[in-house]
Amino acid sequence: MTEDHIDGNAAGGALRDIFTVDLTAAVGRCSSCSQSLALAEARLYTQAPGLVARCPGCEEVVFRLVRGPGRAWLDMRGVTCVQFELPTGS
Amino acid sequence: MARATVLGRLTWRVATVAAVRDETQNARTIVLDLPDWPGHLAGQHVDVRLTAPDGYSTERSYSIASAPEGNRLELTVDLLPDGEVSPYLARVLSAGDPLEIRGPIGGWFVWRPERPEPVQLIAGGSGVVPLMAMIRTREAGGARAPFRLLYSTRGPEAAFYRDELRRSSENGSGLSVTYAYTREVPQDWERPPGRVDAGLLAQAAWAPEREPISFVCGPTGFVENVADLLVSAGHDPARIRTERFGPSGGQP
Repeated sequence: MTEDHIDGNAAGGALRDIFTVDLTAAVGRCSSCSQSLALAEARLYTQAPGLVARCPGCEEVVFRLVRGPGRAWLDMRGVTCVQFELPTGS
Repeated sequence: MARATVLGRLTWRVATVAAVRDETQNARTIVLDLPDWPGHLAGQHVDVRLTAPDGYSTERSYSIASAPEGNRLELTVDLLPDGEVSPYLARVLSAGDPLEIRGPIGGWFVWRPERPEPVQLIAGGSGVVPLMAMIRTREAGGARAPFRLLYSTRGPEAAFYRDELRRSSENGSGLSVTYAYTREVPQDWERPPGRVDAGLLAQAAWAPEREPISFVCGPTGFVENVADLLVSAGHDPARIRTERFGPSGGQP
């Protein structure tokens, strides 16, 4: 068992820098193993350029986020059908 | 209670340090004033950004320790000797200093006071911080859900919030606290030093039949071990929420 990861929860701030809603509680489906997961449950690796989140079930990448000056690259190829809780009144 | 979910992107804002107070030899609580703080939920975190004079900046996540209370916010920071951020926060920062904050963040590892079911909190080291926010939020709002905290530390001296936890567990409000010491135990302590195991869990935690919701927070290895123990004991994985702080037991 490696211990070099933390939770997707820690990417919440970087994602909220881009999205107007919380993504940590958003539930998506891993496109590799079809497991449903809240993005907070992904394994987050921060020792890469940017943030890499992997499925806790099959270890495939679910999303990658890289920040540059005034710019962000987000690759969500590993997660499909993301379901968000929208604030009341939406 | 936190005001409604804030819409819009989260941006960095500057907090002012109102006070600092020591929790243990290596950890201290930083009290922050943040004008227009929208409130937060128990279990949420903030990102803290430090910027050097040459423009280099780095950010870390820190759990909020306090219950929502106006424009006040408390973080408890554990010093990691080779950390890049925590030595400044735990040793240098003082009252009156500015601090860049982004938050509140997270909607997953949170406890809402209207939840009626029993709550099992399991902390490893500084993992107690977001769980303390839940305990304080419960107490502030007079919530009824019964709480149990199982708190694993190296020894009594390393435990955060010891006096407050003792008061809160003795006031009849339905909080019970069990300590598990991994290295040093007090005199006359029944259990030899050691990690949380199935036996201790069976003794100190809610039985699965009570259908508690469990929040487990601490170093990655601790969290994964405890989550496995809970599942083995018959707890529904869907009712276990985890937050890992990384291999070293804190955010550097």
